[in-house]
Amino acid sequence: MAIDLRNVRFHYPQQPHQTVLNIPSWSLPGGEQIFIHGPSGGGKSTLLNLLSGLLIPDAGQISILGQRLDQMTSRQRDRFRANHIGYMFQQFNLIPYLNAFDNILLASQFSQRKNTRVLHDEIKKMLTNLNISENSWTKPARNLSIGQQQRVAIARALINKPQLLIADEPTSSLDPINKEAFMALLMSIVSENCITLVFVSHDLSLSSDFNRIESLSDINRLEHST
Amino acid sequence: MFAKLALQSLLDRKGSVVLSLMAMTVSIFVLLGVEHIRHQTKESFSKTVSGVDLIVGARTGSLNLLLYSVFRVGSPTNNISWETYETIASSGAVKWAIPISLGDSHKGFRVLGTTDNYFQYYSYGSQQRLSFSSGGAFHQVFDVVLGAEVAKKLGYQLGDKLTLAHGIAATSFSRHDDRPFKVVGILASTGTPVDQTLHVSLQGIEAIHFDWQQGVKRPGSTITQSELEKAGLKPQSVTAFMLGLKSKMATFRVQRTINGYAQEPLLAILPGVALSELWQMMSILESALLLVSVLVFVAACLGVSAMLLSSIRERNHEIQLLRVIGAPPYFLFFLIELEALLIALVSCIFGAGLLAASLAFLQDYLVSHFGLHVSVNFLTENNLTLMVAIICASALVAIFPSFSGYRQARIIKH
Repeated sequence: MAIDLRNVRFHYPQQPHQTVLNIPSWSLPGGEQIFIHGPSGGGKSTLLNLLSGLLIPDAGQISILGQRLDQMTSRQRDRFRANHIGYMFQQFNLIPYLNAFDNILLASQFSQRKNTRVLHDEIKKMLTNLNISENSWTKPARNLSIGQQQRVAIARALINKPQLLIADEPTSSLDPINKEAFMALLMSIVSENCITLVFVSHDLSLSSDFNRIESLSDINRLEHST
Repeated sequence: MFAKLALQSLLDRKGSVVLSLMAMTVSIFVLLGVEHIRHQTKESFSKTVSGVDLIVGARTGSLNLLLYSVFRVGSPTNNISWETYETIASSGAVKWAIPISLGDSHKGFRVLGTTDNYFQYYSYGSQQRLSFSSGGAFHQVFDVVLGAEVAKKLGYQLGDKLTLAHGIAATSFSRHDDRPFKVVGILASTGTPVDQTLHVSLQGIEAIHFDWQQGVKRPGSTITQSELEKAGLKPQSVTAFMLGLKSKMATFRVQRTINGYAQEPLLAILPGVALSELWQMMSILESALLLVSVLVFVAACLGVSAMLLSSIRERNHEIQLLRVIGAPPYFLFFLIELEALLIALVSCIFGAGLLAASLAFLQDYLVSHFGLHVSVNFLTENNLTLMVAIICASALVAIFPSFSGYRQARIIKH
């Protein structure tokens, strides 16, 4: 299993009496692409932060790619995330003052990948494949169009060859044409590289690209926790 | 990549960073400047005279005697009679004596009347004797030997003629225009007040004041310069004199004897002791100056700290993104520390550059107005240590915003 959650419960320290997530059991096999939908404020981002190890549960087990995140130290989770998990947001995916190339390079700095010529060549190849013209590589990220920024974000998320890609409403800021192109590109990349994809959005029109669709309310059984 | 990230981040906030940089630059300039001038002044004063066991003058404060006799600062209270000088100079304990007669000037530079002993025995720095860059000591009544700075500033060469003015003001109305002196020697640079002094014989001083009374030339005087040269003038008085003793052991005994000299009220001082008194007096001012410059620096550091702290909130998305790609919270701590260090480092470079330029620009002014030889090379071990301390202090003050960044990195927004 790429993802395996057992009896996971979570609340934010600021709201100790309000359980945000209560997941008795949920798993996702490796290489599968899942679309999770749910209303805003339903705990989607919290779930993704738990899957990426940015948050740790109050109780329960979280296994990602066979490793127990809940048993790792903070530093181990950071390393694990850098090496195995790619992450995309709906916006602010890039450091605005760094150029496209450096944004991707920066993501590799925290993984086991060495800053070599091979890595640089790989970044250039990725940017070319993502249809980002060479003159845009050295522009600060804030000077790129939203569509370009999201494509650079894909490259940034994939540079460390992650086995799990987490996408948190990455198309929200895109217009319909760019949205369609982005989804086609993303799905082809994850299929080619056999990457497990967890895609969260409230836009159900995007679900057609996925072989598994779930509502967050089906995963998160809050009624049992109260 | 770490350094590049810090640098690019700072460049992205040019406006506030430049202002912080300017504040830091000015504070470092002040701090380094005060420290350098303080150090140089002390060094310059300390090396002005060496090998002199006692300085003797008319009874006054020991600091006043030291300042006017050695540093040409201030004015003597009275003169000493020539007989008194001869009596003391010829006593058994005295190895050599250098009489000095002050009170005249040339274009703002002090004129010192003395004897050959001055060139033979006066030493500065680490017992270095005076040497001539050209010419030699005076032999005639109207010969003058110039200090290096006087010759350089006024463009005098051997054989040039110059006249002296009565008094020490830069512009004098009582001039000895009818009795010009001929430049016969130029001293090599010493980095001491000697460089700003014109040296003439005591007979020369007597000659220009021969027919003067109460500081004014007697009307109707007809004596010529050649007559004065042949007159075999004997000095009437001197301003002060320096003594070298045969035995250092005798210093206090000779000092006591001179201080109790019955014929004339005299004061004998040990230059080293008087200098330490001067430092003691100056130390309050020094400490006050240093304190003010340190406070200016602390204010600038706090300014940088406040700027970095306010940027943390703006950089929330950046911090979250770094965390998502695997940056541990302490990465953010060190990133902000590095930004503070970069600001401190660049400020140090700018501050040092500004100081070097200012010193080069003001060097002549300090020499001519305060007799201070301040070297442009301020990169002494002391100042380099200070710069390291500045950078360390910046890092220390940056702990607050860095820790704030660290805390921000630990908080995951929902």
